[in-house]
Amino acid sequence: MVGLSIVRRQTLPPWAEILLPVAAIFATLIIGALPIVLAGGNLFKAYSSLVYGALGTRFNLLETLVKASPLILTGLAVSFAFRARFWNIGAEGQLFAGAIAATAVGVYGTALPSWLVIPACIVSGFIAGGLWAVLPAFLKTKLKVDDVVTTLLLNYVMIHVMGFLLYGPMQAAGSSWPRSEPIMDAAHYPILLPRSRLHLGLVIAIVMVLAIWFINARTVFGYRSKCVGVNINAAHFSGVNTDMTILKTALISGGLAGLAGVGEVCAIHYHLLMDISPGYGYTGIVIAMLGNLHPVGVALSAFFFSCISIGSQTMSRMAGIPVYIEGVI
Amino acid sequence: MVDITKRFVDVVANDKVSFSLFPNEVCALLGENGAGKTTLMNILFGYYLCDSGEIRIYGRIVRLGSPKDAIAHGISMIHQHFTLVPSQSVLENAMIGVEGGFFLDKKKARKRLLEIEKQFGLDLDPDAMAFTLTIGQQQKLEILKALYREAKILIMDEPTAVLAPIETRELFATLRTLVDNGRSVVFISHKLNEVMEISDRILVLREGKNVAERKKSETRVQELASLMVGREILESLQCSDSAAGNTVLQLKNLRVRNSKGVVALDGFSLDLREREIVGIAGVSGNGQTELSELLFGIRRPEEGSIVLDGKEVPGGSPSAMIRAGMARIPEDRISTGVCMDLSVMDNMILVDHCREPFSKLGLINGREIRSWVLDRVRDFQVKTDGVDAPVKSLSGGNLQKVILARELAGQPKIIIACQPTRGLDVGAMEYVHQAILRQKERGAGILLISDDLDEVLLLCDRVIVIYEGRIMGELCSDGIDRERIGLWMSGVA
Amino acid sequence: MMADIFSASFITGLIGATLRMSTPIILATLGEIITERAGVLNLGIEGIMLFGAASGFLATLATGNLWFGILMAALSGVLLALLMSFLAVNLGLSQHVAGLGITIFASGLAMFIYRKAVGSPVVPPTVHPFSPLAIPFLSDIPFIGESFFKQYFLTYITWALIPLVSIFLFRTRFGLRIRTMGQNPFAADTVGVNVNRTRTICLAIGGALFGVAGAFLTLAHQNMFLIDVVGGRGWIAIAMTIFGNWNPLMGSLGGLMFGFLDALQLRLQSVGIHLPIHVFLMIPYLMTIVALVGVSRKATVPAGLLKPYRREEKGG
Repeated sequence: MVGLSIVRRQTLPPWAEILLPVAAIFATLIIGALPIVLAGGNLFKAYSSLVYGALGTRFNLLETLVKASPLILTGLAVSFAFRARFWNIGAEGQLFAGAIAATAVGVYGTALPSWLVIPACIVSGFIAGGLWAVLPAFLKTKLKVDDVVTTLLLNYVMIHVMGFLLYGPMQAAGSSWPRSEPIMDAAHYPILLPRSRLHLGLVIAIVMVLAIWFINARTVFGYRSKCVGVNINAAHFSGVNTDMTILKTALISGGLAGLAGVGEVCAIHYHLLMDISPGYGYTGIVIAMLGNLHPVGVALSAFFFSCISIGSQTMSRMAGIPVYIEGVI
Repeated sequence: MVDITKRFVDVVANDKVSFSLFPNEVCALLGENGAGKTTLMNILFGYYLCDSGEIRIYGRIVRLGSPKDAIAHGISMIHQHFTLVPSQSVLENAMIGVEGGFFLDKKKARKRLLEIEKQFGLDLDPDAMAFTLTIGQQQKLEILKALYREAKILIMDEPTAVLAPIETRELFATLRTLVDNGRSVVFISHKLNEVMEISDRILVLREGKNVAERKKSETRVQELASLMVGREILESLQCSDSAAGNTVLQLKNLRVRNSKGVVALDGFSLDLREREIVGIAGVSGNGQTELSELLFGIRRPEEGSIVLDGKEVPGGSPSAMIRAGMARIPEDRISTGVCMDLSVMDNMILVDHCREPFSKLGLINGREIRSWVLDRVRDFQVKTDGVDAPVKSLSGGNLQKVILARELAGQPKIIIACQPTRGLDVGAMEYVHQAILRQKERGAGILLISDDLDEVLLLCDRVIVIYEGRIMGELCSDGIDRERIGLWMSGVA
Repeated sequence: MMADIFSASFITGLIGATLRMSTPIILATLGEIITERAGVLNLGIEGIMLFGAASGFLATLATGNLWFGILMAALSGVLLALLMSFLAVNLGLSQHVAGLGITIFASGLAMFIYRKAVGSPVVPPTVHPFSPLAIPFLSDIPFIGESFFKQYFLTYITWALIPLVSIFLFRTRFGLRIRTMGQNPFAADTVGVNVNRTRTICLAIGGALFGVAGAFLTLAHQNMFLIDVVGGRGWIAIAMTIFGNWNPLMGSLGGLMFGFLDALQLRLQSVGIHLPIHVFLMIPYLMTIVALVGVSRKATVPAGLLKPYRREEKGG
C-alpha cells in the first residue's frame, strides 16, 4: 500500500539519548571556540576561565545555582507543555504574570499573618502564570486558534500590562523609574546559606523537578498528557478528555513559569521592575529541548546554561544556540 | 523489466521479478496483498530505485530515478490513493507538472484538456473543483492527468477497490478505449473476476516472485486462484450455529453530517443482537466512515438516537461508548488506533488506564499493567521486541493485534469493527476473522463495516447495503444474492 | 483635542504612518505565505528579521551605503532560511522546534555580531536612514499625495510585491507547484516536482523578504539597532498569514490593519490623549489575537503544512 506517511527516525537506544545532548554540548564548545580562535585568543585559557568563573569559587558556584533556579522552572514549564504538544512559547509572559502577582501580595498583603506571606506569594504567582497559559490553551481547544502565535503574542501583551502597572498604579511613590514599592520583609525568600544569595527558589525548583517527574511517570494525568502529545486523535478515540488534559497541562506549565517570576521578585530584586527577566522564558525553550523534555534532563541543562551564563558574560550570547539545534536532532 | 530486486529494511519485496508489457494490451498484475505488485510498479514509475535488475523501454535500457524520468518516458501511475489537490480545479490538477512556460496558459491548457476528453470519452468540467467530484470522476481525472502528460503506459493500482460495480464497468470501457488508441495498461489487482474480464495477459506474483504468466484465453479463474494463493483455497470458517440473543445495539433514525456539513447518513436504523455479526457493505465513501465515527463517539448525530444495551447514550462522547461496553476497531489504525511513538504497553492500556487495578487515585500501577500486558501479548501472539518497544516497530498485522488485545480485553458486549483487515496479509487476515468469530461465539454482537464484500459475505449473518447514507436493503446469509447486492451498492433498488 | 484628531494633517499623517508601519509586516507576511503555501511553517521569522535588522544596519554603518545594507539583510535572511530548510526539510525535524531554534539562534547571533562590531558605547551608533521619496506630481495632490506618495522606496516596492506575489502563486507554473505540494506533497512528487528542493527555494525567498523587513526597521523606520527593534512583528506576520487565509491580498490587509493600530497609538499619543501609553501598545497585539479568534475556525490550513516529506519505504 502506498500512502502518505512520514517515515520517522528509528528509536534510539537509551545510551544514545543520553549521549546526544552530551555530544551537542561538546559541539557547542567547539563551535564556540571558533570566534575565540579567530580573535586570536587562547582557547584553553578561555575555557578554563569559563569553568573557573562558573564553578571555581564558593561565591561563583552559588551564583550559578541562584541563576539555575528560574531556568529550571521555565525549562520545566516549556518541557511539560511541549510533551503534550501544547506549544507554549509564552513562558516569558507567564513569568511576568507570576512576578506581578507575587509583588501584589508582597506589597499590598500587609494584612496577612507573616508566616502566610510567602505561601501566598507562591500560590498566587503559580495561579497567575497558570491562568495566563490557560487562556491560549482555551483558545486552542475551543476555537482552534494556533497556540504558537497566541502564546507568543500574549508575551507582548503581558510586557505592556506590566509597563502599564509600573508606570501607573503600582509605581513606587516618588519614583520616576518604572518600579514598584519594595515587597515586605516577610515576603523575602529565606536564604539557605549564610553569606550568599542562595535562596528557597532552588529548593522549590528541585521539588518541582521531582514533582513533574512523578506526574509524568506515575500518574494517570501524566500518561494522558503524553498520549495527547503523541496522537491526540487516538487519545480522544480512547475516551481521554483531550481538551481538559491540555487545559490542565497549560495550567501547570504556566504555573511553573509563574514560580520563576515569584522567585525573581521575592529573592533577587525585592520589587517589580521591567527587566526582571533577561529572557528566562525563551531560554527555557532551549533548555527544555536540550533536556529532551525530561525533568532531570531539564535540570541538568538549566545548570549547564547557568554555568555558561555566569562563567562568561560574552560567551553567554553565543551559548546554547548550536546546543539547541543539535539537541533537537 | 528484468530481474528486478528490491529490498526494504527487513523484507525482500521483489526478488528477481521480470515483467514485460506490449503495445495495445491490458496486462494484469495479480497477487495478494504484500505480493510485491505495487512495489514493482513503483519501481517502473521511478518512485523507488531497484537494488538490482534493469528496465528497458522500447528496447533501450533506461534509468528511472524519479517519477519525472518515468513521465518523460511516457509512464504514468494512478495510485490507490488519488494524488489530487481537492482545493484546485480539474484543469489545475491536470496541468500540474507540465504547465509549459513561466505563466500558466490556462486557455491553451483547457483546449488541450477538452481535446483529450473528447478523444477518450471522458467528460469532466475543467473548472469543477476536485473536491466536488465523485470517486469515479476523481479517477477519470487521474486518467486525464496521465493522458495530459502524454502517457503511453498507464499503471493502475487496484483501481476498482473504491468503485461501485457500475463505475467499474465504465472504467473498463475507458480502459478499452485507451488500448484501442495505442496505450498500454497495467492493471494491478487481486480480484480474479475483474482480471479475467479486462486483461489480455495475466502475470501472477507471490511473495515477491514471478509465479506464472498466462494469456487470458488459456486460463480459468480456478487456476489463477491457486497460483495466486499457492495453496488450497482459503479459509473455511466454522461457527457453531447458535441463535442470536437480545438486542444490544439499536440505532434509530439517525441523521449525521460529515465535516463538510453534508448529510452523510440519513434515516439510518439498525438492530444488532447478541451472538450475531451484521455487515455493512457498500462502496467506500457512502457514509461508512461517518457511521463508525458516530458509534465511536467522535461524531454527534443531528437526529435520532443510539441505544446501547437498553440505555440511550448521548453522541459525541467516546468514553460513554466505552463505559457501555463497546469495543472499537477503527478504520485507520495509525491515526486513530494507536500512538505510534509510544510503547506496546502504553498503547495496550490506552482505554483502560483509569480503571482499577491499573490505576488508583490518579496514580498508575506500573507493575499490574506490565504483567497484564505481558499476558495479553502472549494470548494474542503479538510479535514484538518486548512490551516497551514502540508500536511503530510492529508490522500492520501485529499493530492490529495490539488493538484487538486492547479492545477485546473487557469482554465487550458490542464490537464495532471497521475495515478490520484492510492492508493486512493473508495470515493476519485469517487471525482477525477467527478473533471476530470467537467473540461472536462468546456472545458479543458485532457490526462489521467493510469495503471488502467477500469478507462481509464470509463472516456475517446479515448484510446491510448502504448507499449515499441510506440503507438500500438487507439480506440474511442464507439468502445471499451477489447480483442484488451489487445493484444496491450502485444505488439501484 | 478632538479637533486635533479630525484635522487634515492628523489624518494624512495617520495614513502615511499606517503605510510605513505596515511595510515590514506585509513584507514578512508575504514571505511567510509563500513558505507556508509550500508546506513549511517558518517560526524562524522573528529571529531572521532581527538578524536582517542587525546585518543590514552594520553593513550600512560600515559602507555608508543603504542599498548594500538591504542586500546584506536579504542575503543573511536567505542563509538562515537555508539552515531552516536543512533542519526541517532535509532532516525532517519538527518545524515548530526547528523554527524556534532558528529564532533563538539568529537573535543570539544578531546581538553577538552587533556587540562585536560596535562594542557597548553609551550612545548607540546611528546611520543616515532612507528618506521618503516623493513621487513627482502625484505627491502634490492634496491629502492623498502627502499620505500615499511620500513614502520610502521600500514601501512602494512592498505594495508592488502584493500583486506580484499573488500572480506568482496563482498564475504561474511555480505557483501551481508550490500550492500543490503544500496541499499534497505526494501528488506533487508523482508528477515530477522535486518537493524538497522547491520547499527550500520557497524558504529562501521567504528568508530574503524577512531579512529586508528587518532591515526596513533599522534603515528606514529608525536609524539605529535596538534589541527589541522587531518587537514581535515576525509573530504578527505569522498571525496575519493565518488571518489572511494564506492569501497575499488578505494577509496584507491584515498587515495594514496592524500598521494602522500601531500608527494610531503613536499619533494619539502625540496629540496628547492621556490614556496610558502601554494600553495603546497592547492594542495591536490584542486585536491580532481577536482577529485570529474570528477566522481560525474556518481557516483552511494547507494540508501538507508541518509534514516533512519522504518517499515511503514500505512496499505493498
